[in-house]
Order: sequence, then structure tokens, then C-alpha cells
Amino acid sequence: MLTESEPHYRQPLLKTPFHERQREYSQLDSFVPWAGYTTVDVFTSVEQEYFAVRNASSLYDLTPMVKYRIAGRDALRFLNRLVTRDIRKVAPGKVAYVVWCDDAGKLIDDGTVFCLGADEYRICTAERQLDWFSASAIGYDVEIREVTEEVAALAVQGPTSAKLLRAVGLNGIERLKPFEHGEFSLPRAGGGAPIAMMVSRTGFTGDLGYELWMQPADAESVWDALMEFGRTRAVRPIGSKALNMARIEAGFVLPNLDFVSAAHTLYLGTERSPIELGLAWLVDYKKGHFTGRRALLAEVARGPRRQLVGLDVEGTKPAHNALLYTECSGKKEAGSVTSATWSPTCKRNLALAMVDAPYIATGSTVWAEIYLNRELTWERRMVRARVVERPFFAPPRRRTTPPADF
Amino acid sequence: MSSAGPYDTLIIGGGHNGLVCATFLARGGRKVLVLEAAERLGGAAVTREFAPGFKVSSCAHLLHLMPPALMRELALEAQGLKIAAASLPTVALSPDARHLSLGPTDLSALQRVSPADAVALGDWQALMRRISRALHPVLAQTPPRLGTDAWRDRAALLGIGWRVRRLGRRDMRELLRIGGMCVHDLLEDRFRLPLLKGALALDAVLGTNLGPRSPGTVVSLLYRLAAVQGAESLALPEGGLGAFSEALARAAVAAGAQLRTGAAVERILVREDRVAGVVLASGEEIAAATVVSSADPKTTFLKLLGSEHLDAGFTRRVTQVRSRGLTAKLHLALERLPQFPGLSEQELRARLVVAPSSDYIERAYNHAKYAEFSERPMLEVTIPSLSDTTLAPQGQHVMSVIVQYAPYTLKGGWEAGRQAFTDRIIDTLGVHAPQLRASIRASELLIPPDIEREFRISGGHWHHAELTLDQFMMTRPVPGAAQYQTPVPGLYLCGAGCHPGGGVMGLAGRNAARQLIREAA
Repeated sequence: MLTESEPHYRQPLLKTPFHERQREYSQLDSFVPWAGYTTVDVFTSVEQEYFAVRNASSLYDLTPMVKYRIAGRDALRFLNRLVTRDIRKVAPGKVAYVVWCDDAGKLIDDGTVFCLGADEYRICTAERQLDWFSASAIGYDVEIREVTEEVAALAVQGPTSAKLLRAVGLNGIERLKPFEHGEFSLPRAGGGAPIAMMVSRTGFTGDLGYELWMQPADAESVWDALMEFGRTRAVRPIGSKALNMARIEAGFVLPNLDFVSAAHTLYLGTERSPIELGLAWLVDYKKGHFTGRRALLAEVARGPRRQLVGLDVEGTKPAHNALLYTECSGKKEAGSVTSATWSPTCKRNLALAMVDAPYIATGSTVWAEIYLNRELTWERRMVRARVVERPFFAPPRRRTTPPADF
Repeated sequence: MSSAGPYDTLIIGGGHNGLVCATFLARGGRKVLVLEAAERLGGAAVTREFAPGFKVSSCAHLLHLMPPALMRELALEAQGLKIAAASLPTVALSPDARHLSLGPTDLSALQRVSPADAVALGDWQALMRRISRALHPVLAQTPPRLGTDAWRDRAALLGIGWRVRRLGRRDMRELLRIGGMCVHDLLEDRFRLPLLKGALALDAVLGTNLGPRSPGTVVSLLYRLAAVQGAESLALPEGGLGAFSEALARAAVAAGAQLRTGAAVERILVREDRVAGVVLASGEEIAAATVVSSADPKTTFLKLLGSEHLDAGFTRRVTQVRSRGLTAKLHLALERLPQFPGLSEQELRARLVVAPSSDYIERAYNHAKYAEFSERPMLEVTIPSLSDTTLAPQGQHVMSVIVQYAPYTLKGGWEAGRQAFTDRIIDTLGVHAPQLRASIRASELLIPPDIEREFRISGGHWHHAELTLDQFMMTRPVPGAAQYQTPVPGLYLCGAGCHPGGGVMGLAGRNAARQLIREAA
């Protein structure tokens, strides 16, 4: 065991409070790093895990999600200057998906803001943001504290997730509407004080689902309760690969796959604005000033150069990393694919792609260059790809309140 | 350019840059109102009484940076500006009373003690004049932005390159060689006499947070010389620098600008992401579509505007502007003219400098790095009452001393340190004028926190922002506000924190006015 005095690159990855339980469940022993933690990418098989998301319920450990507590007299003003949405509309008990930009209007990260009460918020981010948040706090009376290690988080997603949570004793969960959160308690196995937790109706699958935020000490008890009830009901822990399929179907973007944070880009021109990522609906120009506002207004006035769009690709072979062309001949490039998957639910070959301005309208056609590995023999295919609306998969159940009872 | 009130342009701060900017804007047809927080105009170029009957230029005490062409454009003589003494020589004081007088052109004293140095100084002055002339136009224009396609930026960059190229191969090489150097190394290359090197090094570090061995001190010297195209003339306006500011104010009024004193701006008003005017400390609102601030960048952006109107990255850059002053000012009311053994009364009219070697200055600077005041400070001394009888009662005198180095934050606190530092300075002067202490009737020491408070300059830095390569031209004060414009439409800067910087030069104010007029055209 290494000690704290060792240099950081020799420190082991952190283990989440769910780690031991996940290790027991893991068939493949396949762990990958995420934000300083070791996490599972596949437990058994990607397909099995994916179908748990769409047909039953899945458990996904999102403890490594970076969390900050934002509190103080200026918490709201600070957040409203930081992110592009109007946080005044996020009342206590509400959650909002947000993005924030640098001065040039380029995306630094995305995340969710939870309004916990007057002058108190939690913001969950993909990457650590203390540097940028500190710069953004100049002139504001606000306290920013990272609470990642103080909060264990578990996503319970899938059509039966409400039923599952109710069955283990989270009473009233069915009344929670999308982008709401509340305090719930779970009876402790073998008696004792019930386990208090915050539950939000949020997720990264585009399906009915919840995220459970609890004390790390309670993590294993919660996991055990859910798995004990769920074992005979097709409930599965899932890894990041299955989640990735679900999030592409839902049309969500991921940092370092669909965009690179403007805080990290090295090459000029590789940073992306929310408009370019198809997130223009998240930008509220009327709320007052926020970082990047002037640059984004200039971008709107200039018109788009490129945009992230959804593609429906011919055939069944995912268009991973494919270059896109204007014609089948493949002479002139029109963009490239950032994320791709075969969608078992939609029965469509889906992709998210950054395409040049002339091709961003729904219904446009581009050509994807796909490389096929047929038993170690590589072949090249040029296939038609149509720009389609996102999300690709948006079942009504994700919004229905109360959710269906199975 | 429409607004509800009678003014279309408000200028925050009635210092020399604010007044110069007001004059040119008013001449350009703008309806200008200058708002000065203090009860008198002039900013850091003011004359005030510091002891009954004794008046002094309380911050800047010599006029030497304003380009003659700008003085003519402002017609300051017609506005009553009288120069009490010009072309002052510099006398480098030596502890052994073998002082060295360096006239603006007269090198005969140096010739007597070190003929080689006299030749070297002649060459050096000629080189500095050539480089300064080449660089002067850079100071007199809006700095080009980098990385744009605009023809004006490209033309300006090409113009700078062309002027440097036109220096010829030898001078161009020398400029590129010395541009980033510290002045100490350069002086070691060229000169022998420590007294001479000390006097030359003083000019490179005066008013800065630098020592002779700090990188970029050649640049700060060139900056000083480039403002006046290498033809520096140290002058004392009659009535002190305050009289100079009054002439500037009359020039502004003559051009049609209105001036208000005792009008401290509390906040810059922004509506719909555009400047809408200002709110005074009294609560009074004054509307205008354009606000030009001659306050320092931190005051303008962080106090008057507020980070809520700025992007986070820009705000951080503003907080990172280095603006800690290290310069103090000592004023002495003297019952009689002090005797400096080795100096005639005529020679006392000169600028006296206590910087007997470059190492002496560097040692003085060392203390300040660690929050101590200099044990043996570097001094620039004038006795303006010798040339200007309006400053002191008959037969009595004032001594005005610029002192380095005094840290903004002193170990142990300034409350305890103030008298000790005053004594240290007087002792340092006493080496050259043994009877000085006995003739002192009153004294006043202004340390950087005093300068911050009295002249409303964050950090108390005379140049508003340190004068080094990283805060020069298109990076002064910060990228995104280096062309006098700011990220907020309608808000402009015109103070010493902008290119080409501080000192009583006036170019920042004039450049800003030109930029505004050009934008409106």
C-alpha cells in the first residue's frame, strides 16, 4: 500500500463506496479510470447491461461525478453568471442540465445544478472545475467546496426503476417529476434508523430513471437492498459501455468524445460552442450577462460554421470515427462522427457527428466512410447517412408522472 | 450616440490623462463631462500644502515625459503654464562629496573623472535617441491587436517592424539584444564609473516594482526615453505639477468640456449590456452613452463596473495585473536651504539622485522583496522652492523626495514602520547634507497605501500597472482591453494602466480620445 507521501502518479485510483460490491458482481474484472476513481466499464456483457437499461432497471455507480457545494449570499448570482441557463428558474427541489463556457463562448463542461435551498446549490460536473469556478467567483460572496468524496451516487435507470425504488421502501418516489429532487428514506435492513438520501429524477439514459445521492457509509446497504429485490427482476449493475449506448440513443453529448473542453484544447479551432453542439436551447440571452454571452451573440450573428447533429447511417455497422463526405465519391469532407452505436431498441445505426454548416439541416445527406473488419480483412464502405432529429429514442415513460406500475 | 442627459461622454477621473482625453474629445465635438472625486483636479499631478506655508507636488514632482508635440497641441502656455526651470541636470551624489553632474548635454564633468565613460555615454545617448525616435510612434498609437485579419492591426504591426528595420542592421541588432535584458547587465557592458551606472539605473527603475537586475528594465528605460523621442528635459512647472494640471483643465474647458470636482463615481451603470452612465457616491445618476475611465484597471473593472458585467477569464486577467507600488514620497519643510558639501546653490536646483551604484539600488530593492523597507533607499531629490518661490515662505524651502523601495505591505505594519523609514531616508540624505535634520520643520511620508488612498490608485502604483514586457502594448492592461475599448460596449479606458503607461505623459489620454473618435467615424 502506498502512502500519501508518494507522488500522485504512484497513488492508486480511488475506490468508490460501491467498489467492493461491484467487484463481487464483476465477471470480467474490467475496470477503467474515471476522474481519479476506478470504475467498471463492463460487468458481464455490454448487451445484457444495455437491455437492463431499456427493459428493466440498471444500477450505475456515478460517485466519481465531480460535485461542488455552492453556497452563500451570491450563490444564485454566481451560478447565473457561470452557466448559460437562467438559474433563477431553478427553484428549491429542482434540477437543471447546464453548460458553461469560457470568454470565447466555447464549452468548458456540462453538468447538473441542484437547488438545495435558498443560497445553496450543488453542481455536478464531468471534470474538476475549481480553477474556473474560482475565477468565476471573483467579486461574488460565495463558497465553493468540492464534496465528491462526501456523497455516494447511484443511478437507477430503466422502465421498472420507479417500481424498484418503491418496492425497497422509497415511499412517494412516484410523485417525483422529471428534474425534481427530494429527500427520501430507505428502511435499514435489520432495523435501525432509516437511511436518508436525496433522490433526483435525472439520468443519462433518456429513460425513466433516478439518481440516488447518499452518505458513503450507507452505499453498500442501499446497493444490497436494491440488488436483493432486483436479482429476480432482471436488475443489473451496468458499466460505462452500456451507458454509452443508452446516452447516444438519448442524444446526450460526452466530454472528450463529442467535444473537448475549451480548458484543455491545444489546437486552435477544436473547441466547441454550445451552439455548435446543438445546445443552443440551453443559452438564455435575456437573463443578463454570463461568461461567453458576447461571444455567443457574435456567433449567432455570424451564423453557424458547423454543428453536432444526429445521423441515421445506412447498414448495421457503427460508423465509429468515420469521416463524412459531401458525395459518395469521397472527395470533399463534410465533417466527422464523434459517437456511434447500433441501437438495439431503435433498430437503427446511430451516430452523433460534427458536420459543416451546409449539412446541418434535418434531412440533409452526407456519406460516411466506414471501415469493416471482416475476419481480419479490412474493407471500406461509403454509406449514406441522413441528418435526423435528436433524441433518437425518447419514450414517453421518461416523463410520465406517476410512472407505470409493473 | 444618443443619450437622455446633456452629455454624451463622461470621463472618470480628472488626472492629466482624463483631462487630455476630455480636451481632444471635446475638440472632436463631444459633449464631455469630467468627474473628479477629489476637491481639486490633477490626480497624481497636484500641488498641495503639506505644512503651513509649504506646498509641494505631492506625487509626481518633475515634468519630463509629456511629448513636446502634445504640449503644443494642448497649447498649455496659452493656458497659463509657466515653466520655472527646464533642462535640469542630474547630480549623482557620492558619499565622498565627489558628486557627478550630468547635464542633459553637458558631459564635461564626466569627461574630467572618466574620459572613457564620457565617450561611452555619448554613444549610449545617441543610440538611445535613435531607438527612442523609432519607438516613439508606437507609444503614440493604439496598440495593434494580435491574431486578427483587420488591415489596421496588420498595418500597425508592419509599421512597427518597418521602423525597427529602418534603424539599420547594427541598431536593430542591438535593440533586439538589449530589449529583454536587465539594465544592470547593459550598464556593465558599457560603463565603468559606479556613480554613473547608478544614476542611469535609477531612471530605469524609478516608479516601478523592479531592481536594476530585474528583466525588462531596459524596456522601462526605453519607454521613458521614447515618450520624448530621447530628448528628455526635466522641468519644474511654476506652482508645481498642480499648476500644470490647472493649465490642462483650462485647455479642456477651452475645448468645451465641463469639469466637476468632488464628484466621486461609485458605479458605472450598464443597461442591456451597454454603458448607460454613472452613479456618484452622492447617489446622483448621470446618463451618457460613453464612459471613459482614467482610473486604474482594477478600480474600473472590479470596483466601478463589477465582475457581473464581465467574463470570468477577463476578470481573472484583471486581478492578475501587477500593480503593487514600491515607491514612497517624502516631503520636507526646511527652515533654510540645506548645505550639501561639494554642491553649489546653483547645483542644488538640479535633480539630485542618491544611487551611488547599480548594486546599491539592487540592495535597496532586496529588502522590498521580503516586505521590508530599504535600509539604504534610492532617492530622487528636488528642491523646487529654489526655482519657484510660490512654494515656501521667503528664505525657506521644500524638499521633495521620491523614495524606493517601500513595500505596500510592511513586515510589522506601516504604523510602526512609518517613522523608522522617515528617519532612514533623512539619515540617507544626511550622508550628503549633514545639517539637514536640524533644518526640518515638518515632514510628510506617503507610502504606497497612502498613495492608494489619496490618489485612488489600487496598489498605489504610480503607473497603475507595472511597466514590464508582460504588461506592455497589446497586453496593457490585459488583452481584451488594450485598445482603450473594453468588453462592455460604451466603456473605454484612458488612464496610465493603458498603453503607453503612466508618468505625466498624457499619451494614454490622447490615444484613447483618438480611438473613440475613429470608432465613431
